[in-house]
Amino acid sequence: MKTTNKELSPVQQLLEKKYNSGFLNRSEKVIPVVLFIMAAVSVLTTLGIVLTLIFETITFFGDVSIVEFFTAKEWYPFSGTDPVYGIWPLVLGTLKITLIASLFAIPIGLAVALYLSEYASARTRKIMKPILEVLAGVPTIVYGFFALTFVTPLLRQLFPSLELFNAISPGLVVGIMIIPTIVSLSEDALSSVPESVRQGALALGSTKWETASKVIFPAALSGILASIVLGVSRAIGETMIVSIAAGSTPSAALDLTSSLQTMTSYIVQVTTGDAGFGTTIYYSIYSVGFTLFVFTLLMNILAQFISKRFREEY
Amino acid sequence: MALTAVNTTKNNQPVQNDELFVYNTKNLNLWYGDHHALKNINLGIKEREVTAIIGPSGCGKSTYIKTLNRMIDLVPGVKTNGQIEYRNRDIFSKEFLVEELRTRVGMVFQKPNPFPKSIYENIAFGLKIHGIKNKQIITETVEKSLRGAALWDEVKDRIHEPAYGLSGGQQQRLCIARCLALEPDVILMDEPTSALDPVSTLKVEELIQELKEKYSIIIVTHNMQQAARISDKTAFFLNGEVVEFDSTDTIFNNPADSRTDDYISGRFG
Repeated sequence: MKTTNKELSPVQQLLEKKYNSGFLNRSEKVIPVVLFIMAAVSVLTTLGIVLTLIFETITFFGDVSIVEFFTAKEWYPFSGTDPVYGIWPLVLGTLKITLIASLFAIPIGLAVALYLSEYASARTRKIMKPILEVLAGVPTIVYGFFALTFVTPLLRQLFPSLELFNAISPGLVVGIMIIPTIVSLSEDALSSVPESVRQGALALGSTKWETASKVIFPAALSGILASIVLGVSRAIGETMIVSIAAGSTPSAALDLTSSLQTMTSYIVQVTTGDAGFGTTIYYSIYSVGFTLFVFTLLMNILAQFISKRFREEY
Repeated sequence: MALTAVNTTKNNQPVQNDELFVYNTKNLNLWYGDHHALKNINLGIKEREVTAIIGPSGCGKSTYIKTLNRMIDLVPGVKTNGQIEYRNRDIFSKEFLVEELRTRVGMVFQKPNPFPKSIYENIAFGLKIHGIKNKQIITETVEKSLRGAALWDEVKDRIHEPAYGLSGGQQQRLCIARCLALEPDVILMDEPTSALDPVSTLKVEELIQELKEKYSIIIVTHNMQQAARISDKTAFFLNGEVVEFDSTDTIFNNPADSRTDDYISGRFG
């Protein structure tokens, strides 16, 4: 045998050592186990939260009729003698804020994304995108005070009938908050459409706008819709801005100029107040939380569906 | 006497019979920043001929063809001087909209670049952006263009399926069909077969032979055999200059310049 007689070179010796030690074998078996545990922890945490929500909600429905919860047009839990638990005013409050925020943020967000990806120079994009992303990092409590102390007074000068707490001001500010989410993800989707597709359209004599709106935008539609859904989900779940600037009056009126309460701000109100543990009011926050969870879950499912349905391969 | 009308770098006289020519390039210079990529190009390109542009990598052949429909404008930092006339109109003038130029002059790219849409929509797109809404005209043009690009028989049962389901060669012929839909005057082809397998390449070459009956074709190729097989005229570019421009037969069998001879006989490049 030739190899046994021969002196091993340093590299060969090290390789021998590596394969004889058995370390590689063991470590490769351990790694997936460690990774699985990490994954399991996050999944179990989520599961734990959902189960808590469900059990406490069931407890709540031991005290309050589920029919009342869905049909009563009033949310008035603090009445000592005759509390009413109808979720509709809180849902309506959330919908008002989300609607105003979406109407404000989606057109602006998409316009900015199109500008950045199709029109802006590389330099402009390099400056603007990080600034927008900083906007996404502003704490929501800052936005809340911005709404209450700047936007609301400004709007009240224009429309004196606007109340101090209203839907419009926090709605707009929630919109400002979600613009960066929509811009950033939509811009990513638009920019990832290959340059060759852009050139193909231009070479047929289409203008820049025709190329952007009829080729690039549809090609990026799945990413754009996903960005919108994510932005809207954030608006639904937004808590601080609405707690500060929208008021705390559950209202079944469609009026946007008066005080309202969203699902999230009700939860804040109860958890920061002094509802005793085990009271019906205490359990009610779980039922509201569960309703909120269903809303965001539906948005997530919608996002999944959209990105499958509208995917254009390139 | 075709050659008397042909403009070469050695014969810097303007071309006389302008109406025969789709493109007339006069003293064209182009810079990418400080890099002088095209140097004093003079070329007259005749209609209903296949003009091949050959040369080693970096010789400016792709730059030149992209200048002809001003796709070069997309590259930041490009400067040009000199003139390119398309049908006696200055393509750089403000009065000649770049969109009109690109509508009349189609382009097929190196890699097939269909839109992420159906086969039908890929071809209808050009018509729609130019304001043609009549569904019957669109449908007829889609079929005619696909037939023109020798693709109809292969795709007629699935024209509403995504274009990305086609093979590379089919996608390239779809891109040619997409050009034909606008009934262009000239078709520019920038190494249209470099990303294709030999069978698809052959199909595209056969197609070019058919298309030349109706269209003027300018094709950039790094494949000299391809230039010899399909073109009527060949221009040899080297370091941003036109070394020689003549009938393909002359270029490949009896070139005037020793550099052309060296290149076509494979001594460099």
